[in-house]
Amino acid sequence: MAGAAGPGTGPGAARGDGDDSLYPIAVLIDELRNEDVQLRLNSIKKLSTIALALGVERTRTELLPFLTDTIYDEDEVLLALAEQLGNFTGLVGGPDFAHCLLPPLESLATVEETVVRDKAVESLRQISQEHTPVALEAHFVPLVKRLASGDWFTSRTSACGLFSVCYPRASNAVKAEIRQHFRSLCSDDTPMVRRAAASKLGEFAKVLELDSVKSEIVPLFTNLASDEQDSVRLLAVEACVSIAQLLSQDDLEALVMPTLRQAAEDKSWRVRYMVADKFSELQKAVGPKITLNDLIPAFQNLLKDCEAEVRAAAAHKVKELCENLPTEGRETIIMNQILPFIKELVSDTNQHVKSALASVIMGLSTILGKENTIEHLLPLFLAQLKDECPEVRLNIISNLDCVNEVIGIRQLSQSLLPAIVELAEDAKWRVRLAIIEYMPLLAGQLGVEFFDEKLNSLCMAWLVDHVYAIREAATSNLMKLVQKFGTEWAQNTIVPKVLVMANDPNYLHRMTTLFCINALSEACGQEITTKQMLPIVLKMAGDQVANVRFNVAKSLQKIGPILDTDALQEEVKPVLQKLGQDEDMDVKYFAQEAISAVAQRLTKLDFPVKDNEEPSAPGADKNHFLRPRGPGEDTGKFVPLMSRHTESERLGWFPRRQ
Amino acid sequence: MHQPPPASFCSSSSSSGGSSCECARVGVRVSALAPAAAPCPAPRRLPRPRQPEPPSRGTSTLLPARLGPWCSPTGSPAPLSCETGCGEGSWILVCRLLVPTQVSLLSMEEDIDTRKINNSFLRDHSYATEADIISTVEFNHTGELLATGDKGGRVVIFQREQESKNQVHRRGEYNVYSTFQSHEPEFDYLKSLEIEEKINKIRWLPQQNAAYFLLSTNDKTVKLWKVSERDKRPEGYNLKDEEGRLRDPATITTLRVPVLRPMDLMVEATPRRVFANAHTYHINSISVNSDYETYMSADDLRINLWNFEITNQSFNIVDIKPANMEELTEVITAAEFHPHHCNSFVYSSSKGTIRLCDMRASALCDRHSKFFEEPEDPSNRSFFSEIISSISDVKFSHSGRYIMTRDYLTVKVWDLNMENRPIETYQVHDYLRSKLCSLYENDCIFDKFECVWNGSDSVIMTGSYNNFFRMFDRNTKRDVTLEASRENSKPRAILKPRKVCVGGKRRKDEISVDSLDFSKKILHTAWHPSENIIAVAATNNLYIFQDKVN
Repeated sequence: MAGAAGPGTGPGAARGDGDDSLYPIAVLIDELRNEDVQLRLNSIKKLSTIALALGVERTRTELLPFLTDTIYDEDEVLLALAEQLGNFTGLVGGPDFAHCLLPPLESLATVEETVVRDKAVESLRQISQEHTPVALEAHFVPLVKRLASGDWFTSRTSACGLFSVCYPRASNAVKAEIRQHFRSLCSDDTPMVRRAAASKLGEFAKVLELDSVKSEIVPLFTNLASDEQDSVRLLAVEACVSIAQLLSQDDLEALVMPTLRQAAEDKSWRVRYMVADKFSELQKAVGPKITLNDLIPAFQNLLKDCEAEVRAAAAHKVKELCENLPTEGRETIIMNQILPFIKELVSDTNQHVKSALASVIMGLSTILGKENTIEHLLPLFLAQLKDECPEVRLNIISNLDCVNEVIGIRQLSQSLLPAIVELAEDAKWRVRLAIIEYMPLLAGQLGVEFFDEKLNSLCMAWLVDHVYAIREAATSNLMKLVQKFGTEWAQNTIVPKVLVMANDPNYLHRMTTLFCINALSEACGQEITTKQMLPIVLKMAGDQVANVRFNVAKSLQKIGPILDTDALQEEVKPVLQKLGQDEDMDVKYFAQEAISAVAQRLTKLDFPVKDNEEPSAPGADKNHFLRPRGPGEDTGKFVPLMSRHTESERLGWFPRRQ
Repeated sequence: MHQPPPASFCSSSSSSGGSSCECARVGVRVSALAPAAAPCPAPRRLPRPRQPEPPSRGTSTLLPARLGPWCSPTGSPAPLSCETGCGEGSWILVCRLLVPTQVSLLSMEEDIDTRKINNSFLRDHSYATEADIISTVEFNHTGELLATGDKGGRVVIFQREQESKNQVHRRGEYNVYSTFQSHEPEFDYLKSLEIEEKINKIRWLPQQNAAYFLLSTNDKTVKLWKVSERDKRPEGYNLKDEEGRLRDPATITTLRVPVLRPMDLMVEATPRRVFANAHTYHINSISVNSDYETYMSADDLRINLWNFEITNQSFNIVDIKPANMEELTEVITAAEFHPHHCNSFVYSSSKGTIRLCDMRASALCDRHSKFFEEPEDPSNRSFFSEIISSISDVKFSHSGRYIMTRDYLTVKVWDLNMENRPIETYQVHDYLRSKLCSLYENDCIFDKFECVWNGSDSVIMTGSYNNFFRMFDRNTKRDVTLEASRENSKPRAILKPRKVCVGGKRRKDEISVDSLDFSKKILHTAWHPSENIIAVAATNNLYIFQDKVN
């Protein structure tokens, strides 16, 4: 096919007597069926442009019939089409003609790809609002019925999402029909449809009259909640939340609670998991009275469930549950009915359960207050800090701030330290990485003294870790510490240790020094940088390893803005020029980059630089064609680096021309 | 003797203009239908031609056959009673389908001479390459489609000829519907392992819209394929005229919206999902769950549960890998979901045991809820006991009440409610018991035979050697041995039961154990879900038999 050849050449080709404005549209229309998915996708995304050009009449009679049959296409095209059609009402002639959009969306609602179907349903819901009540019954409701009684379950699942939008605006006779259709989908043969119905049950219940909810939705809910497939039953739990909000306390007790109790003790762990997972929502929906009578005992059972997944889900909800209890008598309930179960979970056999608990348990301290925290919770925290599983310990450490507010961190420090040290030396580098990230937080909470005494050596040890990610994290950690403790502290404790590493026999450690200087220079300020760091960097320019040398160039570029111009002119420039003559092409390249950056700074300060016979090194630059280019270098013509065209900076990325 | 088959293909599409053409009955050559030889990225489109094949297509693919009644072991003709089928249980050959050879993957544009050559390739059995050997056979849920996978990583789908009033005898014929390359050979650079493209299993998904979906797997990767039809094509360009020439942009004064016009039916196969990187060992089974949203894949030591929509994570539900691999005593050989209860599944082991697990009980099904094992008879114990007790296939009955297992010499039917022994045991080829030593030496003892139920769970079928396959009627306790071979079959011929001589004296019509050909094995068979139509894979041939209608 020549399909790919013609279109895509752009509107520039349109000349002569033909209508210029038609050409781009013609290209778009042709590209609706281009072999390249990307072009088709682009065309579909500009469908509104095409429709606008065709006018409402031709859009209705020609474009939409064509689109109705394009369901063979790739998912991403169909998804874009489904989305476009949702906003198409204006383009087909307004609400009076909104029903023209139904056929293409109907066929999209039957494709197998869930995302496309869902998008088509979403668009249908949107369009339904634009229908007049008459049109709704004449066109939209029949569509819903067709989908609901379709042969394939894809169409029936799509129908489930449409009942709630047409119900409120339909006449009473039609309403009865809609309810009837929904009922039959709730007892469909295929679990897919029953699942779709179960997930829309709550939404549908909200638009129904209260009597119908009681007489029709509740029985459907009860049926779905006792479906033979646990994948259906677990969705009924979600519906329970919405239904519970609609009913009075008495009705709730009589109609919904038996089912909910049953779900909390379901044979299938997945259903129980769902109850645990939705616990906070359930708790809010049923109100405080039923919570105390029913949910708390159910929750206790979930906390000691035989399946670890359920226990973990329940453990996650401990804090939210406690927070949502009525403040009056909350403490007693937690102390008597929840805490004993939490105590057991601390020594659970499954690490996921323990780490789930560890991620929320600290939050209880704010609810229970200082005394209870020290007496009851602290032992649990300490036990978890000593847990064998690093994730548990990490979760405790990452939530230390909650406790800090209530009792102060000192209470914990005795147990904290060994836990931190152990994590800092964990065999898994991801664990080490995680603990490094908490260091600034810990440092802030523990104070300078404690930090210097116990943790400083750890932070320095990370700088020579054998994993790069750790060394990198350690460097940025130092920067954050300096921001916290100030430059004086840095000058006394950190900087000397970092600078010593410049003489390390391992070149990776020497490079770490440079990375540290990059990170620290800004935090430390000009004086320390110029006096202590710069000499070391300059000295390293003579390193025998090329990687160190070009990192020197990078460092000089980085710290250039902090240094004063004297230092730049007198010390940095000669060294960079020397590196610019280096035999290694990478070193040369980065030296050139640094020189241009430094030169820019010098020119900006209106400090004329003598134009020396610096070879402008376009030759060297050619070797670096793979490197990402800075802006301003994208012309073929290379401009000498030391040129004084300040306006070029103002022009940003514009090519520099003389 | 008989008429040569009319050399043409017929589409099932009612909109077709070629309704007058006859259907090819045997030796369907996919060569002329196959897509272009160069593997191209999906979607692969397979045009279904309606024009006649070149006349060179000969009669030689049809071979003489003899008729014979369906026999009981005693030799007297006895009907195989099937609730779904008719009473007279004689089996006739409906068609023999050749899976295309690699060399014949030619496009339609090839000229006729080339096609002739390739047809002759097909005709000659000896040209079948290793890649053409069928490695799995599976009917879809309605029985309208039949999929085969081969060692070359291809999937061929056959469609049943639609019934017409004047061609009643034709019912049950299957023609090529779609062919596509499902898996390609790969190399795992981290482990220095070749990953074969061989299709280990195919499973159809319940139909959800007009398209068909199937899962195919090799040793490592499961793929979800969509097979769909297209019979309309957009016509009319703005920038080109009817011949495809570019128009002068200056002449464009009005916009044209493309119009869809009917065209020849195209069947295209598109890969929808690839479920990879979850198996360290070789995948031996896949099974679709009755909840329609999940399936499982089992390898030697683990079983994973997948959601059809999610390819980047799966849940491990069974892991029998010991901490120390030296303590390994058994491997998982097959696994299947219960047909109706979405929470339960079974898996079999190389020790001859079956475990039933309930996914409701816990997320990890390391603890089984039922354990099926037959105590070993000490008198039969030998060096080979362990090898021959390894289960090669496990299948739930359609009712979900029974499970059937195949080990090297027997098929067993277990009641889910009785764990200590099978309710029925059928000897498939007990005469091989004395030959285990040589079967061990030529590795045949490790062959993995599969087994299938008929639509009403009253008959079971499994394969044997020498192109023999066996059927056992569970109600009448009768059994029969049939042969799927091209030497002795012609279309519509009634299959003659075969007998293997076990005693010293060989009667007429009997075959001696020593003359059995162990290279011709029937490992893969399939039974139509509701009718008495069976598909039997013998190396690169696929035979379709059905019970004879009066």
